[in-house]
Amino acid sequence: MYSYNEFDEAFVRERVAQFRAQVERRIDGSLTEDEFKPLRLMNGLYLQLHAYMLRVAIPYGTLNPDQMRQLAMIAERWDKGYGHFTTRQNIQYNWPALKDVPDMLDALADVGMHAIQTSGNTIRNVTADHFAGAAADEIEDPRPYAELLRQWSTDHPEFQFLPRKFKIAVSGAKADRAVVRAHDIGLEIVKNDAGEVGFRVLVGGGLGRTPMIGKVIRDFLPKEDLLPYCEAVVSVYNLLGRRDNKYKARIKITVHENGIDEVRRQVEERFALLREQFGGADQELLTEIRAAFAAPDLPARPLDAFERAYNSDPVFRAWADTNVTEHAAPGYGLVTISLKAHGQTPGDATGDQMRVMADLGEAFSHGELRISHEQNVILPHVHKSDLPEVHARLKAAGLGTANVGLISDIIACPGMDYCALATARSIPVAQQIATRFDELKLEHDIGPLKIKISGCINACGHHHVGHIGILGLDRAGVENYQITLGGDGTEDAAIGTRTGPGFAYDQIVPAIEKIIGAYLDQRDAPEETFLQFYKRVGMDPFKAALYDAEEKQRAA
Amino acid sequence: MSRQFTPKVVTANALLEGDVVYLTEDDRWTREHREAELIEDEAHAQIRLVDASARADEVVGAYLADAIPGPNGPEPVHFREVFRTRGPSNYAHGKQAD
Repeated sequence: MYSYNEFDEAFVRERVAQFRAQVERRIDGSLTEDEFKPLRLMNGLYLQLHAYMLRVAIPYGTLNPDQMRQLAMIAERWDKGYGHFTTRQNIQYNWPALKDVPDMLDALADVGMHAIQTSGNTIRNVTADHFAGAAADEIEDPRPYAELLRQWSTDHPEFQFLPRKFKIAVSGAKADRAVVRAHDIGLEIVKNDAGEVGFRVLVGGGLGRTPMIGKVIRDFLPKEDLLPYCEAVVSVYNLLGRRDNKYKARIKITVHENGIDEVRRQVEERFALLREQFGGADQELLTEIRAAFAAPDLPARPLDAFERAYNSDPVFRAWADTNVTEHAAPGYGLVTISLKAHGQTPGDATGDQMRVMADLGEAFSHGELRISHEQNVILPHVHKSDLPEVHARLKAAGLGTANVGLISDIIACPGMDYCALATARSIPVAQQIATRFDELKLEHDIGPLKIKISGCINACGHHHVGHIGILGLDRAGVENYQITLGGDGTEDAAIGTRTGPGFAYDQIVPAIEKIIGAYLDQRDAPEETFLQFYKRVGMDPFKAALYDAEEKQRAA
Repeated sequence: MSRQFTPKVVTANALLEGDVVYLTEDDRWTREHREAELIEDEAHAQIRLVDASARADEVVGAYLADAIPGPNGPEPVHFREVFRTRGPSNYAHGKQAD
């Protein structure tokens, strides 16, 4: 894993010292809120509904155990004992007091972490496949490139005042687990016909009020051209992107209005100029970074302990089937720790739970942990013979829920329980859906299904790419929930389609039950997943299930 | 005929803790919605908002929120304002814990 060099360390410490002085001046009255707000946002500090919120970046979702323990300490010392993992591989603290934030940032710097550029119109935290460096279908580990992009984008003087925020995701595998197509720049590591490894570059993806799937701007970019090409894209956007209307300022609108061909032309022109200027320094840096991401040594070991437990303990077996993914190395697995215990807040972990995960990462996963955009934690390199022990310790900490990829593994944004922008609540809707389907004991029968919930049109909960998406709105002073079906966040990315009129807060769980009922009744076979069923039959059976009874009632 | 004015309270977040506060008739910031000054006159509401916004070393983001009279003082109208008087629904944190 990458650790800060002297330059990183000095830079982050200096920013904390600057922010400490800025907070002092805000508190003593020498800075107004108008002056202070851009400064606090540059350091990840928001003011939400009930309190301040500090958003901390977990670059490309990778953490070591000491970092996780420090996140636990921060949660307990300066917050209310827990943290919230987000859909962009960040962690949010919901209750910091203003005066404590510089101390929190110093504590983060102690373990090589920061909150820089987790807000504002800058290049945000660079995200990556949470299975990076371990997945069986991977061409190359995307994280060295993500780290290179982090260093390049952090405090980049040209990109501190972009028209709007800018998000980059990188994936190195065939399967897209990083929602690459919903990012301002999506980078996919690919092999060309000559067998060379490079990037397929997509631009202009994004969710929010105008959801768009990213378009290919370059089919194949040689690896060494990554930084100049990304700089060309952001640079063209910086000039071409609209600043007159916040809702039309993202690069997806720039691409939509100017056309991908014109944007490509301008990017290539700029790239030709920039490419010379990089002069190879970035490649030297990349070589250093790459060494830090060397794959761990994963020796073959006997599988007896795993097989014994798998054949004798049905609870363990269910968990192993649902939460463990095959690793590239034989005999190893990627463990997804569900932060979605039925009825709990998606993505929340207590300080105690964070320490348990840190200890397991240390003992059984070569000192590595990952955070997924699906708000779970991953132990990427666990030998299967260690799984019974890992499972037992997770279970004891309330982290043994066997529901990854199932109906209760819901993404939900903080919604109106915390967020000042929200138009309705998301968390209690997620809690109720998970609780209800747990009561019905249906979730394993339903099979793979992704529900994603956003509490406003900005779509932090990725509802557009949920197989079932739920969007909470304010309709004449009442919470109302629109449902979309058929969204997909993978390499087959698709934006979901609205079912029709929305549902009241107390009608949303029954509505989801009707949708699931229609699927279970009419699917070809249990092997036909919800998404396959939707693609085959379309919206009609769901519309009938949701609205027909209502229609009949009205007609009667 | 002009639209009838809905009564208002002045609300904001406290600078230091970020907690929700309301302006009282005697110019204090209270954590309790029911202790807020219920403003029935539109011009007076604007003046109170200007006064509140000027207290930049105490609060952030002052605005006028709809309210109605209740047996124990003003009550919020919109669900967002109801949540602001309580705290989040997933944990007993915020005002509801006090």
